[in-house]
Amino acid sequence: MKVAARSSTRIEFGRWVRSCLVIVVAAGLVPCFGLEEKSAIDASFQATVDLLKTRSFGEKAEAARAIAAHTHPRTLEVLTALLDAELYTERKTDRVVFANGLDGGGFNIRDAVTGEGLGQVGRRGAKKISVNNRLRGLLRGLIAGIRLDDKDPDDRIAAAEAIADGADSSMREVLDARLLVESDAKVIAAIETALVVFDLDANDETIRLRAIRASASNLDGRVREKLTGISNDPVASEAIQEAARETLESIEETVARYKTIETVFFGLSLGSVLVLAAIGLSITFGVMGVINMAHGELIMLGAYTTYVVQTLFPRALEYSLLIAVPAAFFVSGLVGIGIERGIFRFLYGRPLETLLASFGVSLVLQQTVKTIFTALNRPVATPQWMSGSFELLDGLSLTFNRLYILIFAGFVFAALVLVLQRTRLGLEVRAVTQNRAMARAMGIRSARVDALTFGLGAGIAGVAGVALSQLTNVGPYLGRGYIVDSFMVVVFGGVGNLWGTLVAGLSLGVANKFLEPYAGAVIAKVLVLVFIILFIQWRPRGLFPQKGRAAES
Amino acid sequence: MLLGRLIKQDWGRSILLGTLGVMCVVVPVANLLVPEDSAFHVSTYTVTLLGKYLCYALLAMALDLVWGYCGILSLGHGAFFALGGYAMGMYLMRQIGTRGVYGHPELPDFMVFLNWEELPWYWFGFDAFWFAMLMVVLVPGLLALVFGWLAFRSRVTGVYLSIMTQALTYALLLAFYRNEMGFGGNNGLTDFKDILGASLQSDVTRVVLFVVSAIALALTYLFCRFVVTSKLGRVVTAVRDADDRTRFIGYRVENYKVWIFTVSAVLAGIAGALYVPQVGIINPSEFEPLKSIELVVWVALGGRGTLYGAALGAVIVNYAKTWMTGAFPEVWPFALGGLFILVTLSLPKGVVGLVRSLPYWLASRVRYMYHKWGSLIRAKFSH
Repeated sequence: MKVAARSSTRIEFGRWVRSCLVIVVAAGLVPCFGLEEKSAIDASFQATVDLLKTRSFGEKAEAARAIAAHTHPRTLEVLTALLDAELYTERKTDRVVFANGLDGGGFNIRDAVTGEGLGQVGRRGAKKISVNNRLRGLLRGLIAGIRLDDKDPDDRIAAAEAIADGADSSMREVLDARLLVESDAKVIAAIETALVVFDLDANDETIRLRAIRASASNLDGRVREKLTGISNDPVASEAIQEAARETLESIEETVARYKTIETVFFGLSLGSVLVLAAIGLSITFGVMGVINMAHGELIMLGAYTTYVVQTLFPRALEYSLLIAVPAAFFVSGLVGIGIERGIFRFLYGRPLETLLASFGVSLVLQQTVKTIFTALNRPVATPQWMSGSFELLDGLSLTFNRLYILIFAGFVFAALVLVLQRTRLGLEVRAVTQNRAMARAMGIRSARVDALTFGLGAGIAGVAGVALSQLTNVGPYLGRGYIVDSFMVVVFGGVGNLWGTLVAGLSLGVANKFLEPYAGAVIAKVLVLVFIILFIQWRPRGLFPQKGRAAES
Repeated sequence: MLLGRLIKQDWGRSILLGTLGVMCVVVPVANLLVPEDSAFHVSTYTVTLLGKYLCYALLAMALDLVWGYCGILSLGHGAFFALGGYAMGMYLMRQIGTRGVYGHPELPDFMVFLNWEELPWYWFGFDAFWFAMLMVVLVPGLLALVFGWLAFRSRVTGVYLSIMTQALTYALLLAFYRNEMGFGGNNGLTDFKDILGASLQSDVTRVVLFVVSAIALALTYLFCRFVVTSKLGRVVTAVRDADDRTRFIGYRVENYKVWIFTVSAVLAGIAGALYVPQVGIINPSEFEPLKSIELVVWVALGGRGTLYGAALGAVIVNYAKTWMTGAFPEVWPFALGGLFILVTLSLPKGVVGLVRSLPYWLASRVRYMYHKWGSLIRAKFSH
């Protein structure tokens, strides 16, 4: 049985080998019976490519131009291979081939025209088609010219930039030709920049001057580099040097202006994070006189909620933040109410004791999270719509995540103000803040108001955590870094004053970012802290102190 | 008169001073004279550990002086402790001399590593012991004086003051983490070799440091006791209980506060200076707000406003910490957090308060029993 089985296998194997051979032979014959037009264009391309088999670099350059002008689909590949020194001639057949070096010293070769694999040859089996630097520059330009006609606008921009870098003025025509048919605004801008770069090197003074004037609004690094060169170039005429200097100055001004706008934006973004973190604290501190040192941990819980939501619904990553915001509000809010009912309820009127007890709570929460999720940072993904950046002006772009968080902070703030000003709960909260005894006498259940207020403040901390999860690492000690800052914001703004918290948070954020370039990040922070310490001497109740009897206690 | 006031003691005081006195004799003998294989031998590790606890107790006492007697809850006392420690550390650093890794005669290793050419101006003088000791007192003292003068003059009180002190230590933490500050950055100051010519590794030096710590603690206690029982101390206590009323009577409340705050900071600095040669390192983590808050719990657990209670609390918590971080490191944060909550909710007067109320509680139980059983017995016999 076994023997029979084996022999039948052998027979089948033989049949298989034979059929394979047939296929291979047929495949080899296919080009012979191939499509007429295709072989025609191949033949003409073959003739063009064969022009490269010369020793003269000048003739090679001619050949490269001819290849670039050819309509064959493999032109780009051939030119790129020539540039990268991967184009060879096979010695035996004198064919132009693509060759990839093998570890053993030989080459893996493919036909340059058909792209068909030709197996391997030894080290001496193929000869490199050498190029010099001038030819390389030309090739780069030619390649860029081909890519300038690419379908993808990003590729076209990259091509235009490559041409500008190559500074080969023979590419002018290519750019001009493309400019006539180009419709994409960004590509047009890139091409114009390249043209300006060429014109800045022009021999004709009027063209040069015009180019210098025209580049005043251009923030491209190449233009600036060229201008700097011209302004220090002893060969250039006085007028040109002067013009270059002026233009450079105006460009620097624009750059500085953009830099300022960017700094303000970064500052506002940092400030919005501070406001988000501090605003819940402002409610619990201001309204209830409770120092909640566990506030940072409530923020941390919000960030972890985001992580859990993303883990539970991996498919709905794009919507995860929309789910996480209410979820985090709920989780942190519930924990907050738990803390209030379990601990703070017994400590009203003794703020220092609440400080100590809540610090204990923060340690317990940190360690709990550490036990469940380990001490390692958890990865929180950023949805597609939040990544990337938004180009406001040429050379001034704002990242989406910071922009959204800024908007989000504004939204949360507005919602909170509405809740406190327009709802029943808000009315009761304000009543209890102003005079607890009187509010109780009017029938307000102050214990319930306390619990809900604390829940609200804690919930907002959770929401802040969702925002923070998009900016920093999510770990058990996430909250620790924000607690001192949040207290500073509340104290600076004036306790119990939402608008004060907003103004304080944003201005501290902006101040921090403006100090950073001069003093470094750490010293900037230290300076801000010292400033607040001094500020409190001057206005012990913050920027916007509470007025009236409530402030006396 | 003065002597009488110092000697008139209550139980806690006798126990504290008695324990310190006994330790000053027993620990050196048990470490240096008793042979190592004996059951009564105390290892050098234990001596150092005890010395560390004594430094913490001294620090806690400093905080109790300002919190327990003046009602100022400082969340930044760790900063004064660390500054004192850094001043001592700088002296010890200069004592290394050419024995560092790079063997530079003047610059500490980390400066050579950072390619610094010469010693920064604020390091000058620290090769002299007396200058370093002066700085141990002056640096924390001056910082406290300036900060306190600014804060108390503007009547920053209560919670605001606590948060400000926390911001102070946080700012120092950030600053000391920077290499450019010239205090060793992240790693701080370490690899000390000797103090006043005596090797820090030898048992005798360790024992001497321990004894010095014990004596310092005892002296600090007597000094604090003297301060709080003096007329000035009475005013300070009045400030704690009724800030406004004391002001209305005519006292300059802010001056008293600044004074007591500064004294307390100096004591904290001394504690830091004793601490550093024993543990052999000082780094910016001592500025962590967490450490300062933990310190508050030591005092709260022991019982604020008693001085010896603070020392007791420091020893209890730190002993528990040493034991637990060894045995169940995972549980320690839970225990510490629980302690914070427990002390504030159920032990407002701390362990000392609990012990003090124990006789009353026992007496009330006995009275209750007497009435209950007594009436039963009487009822039985009357038949």
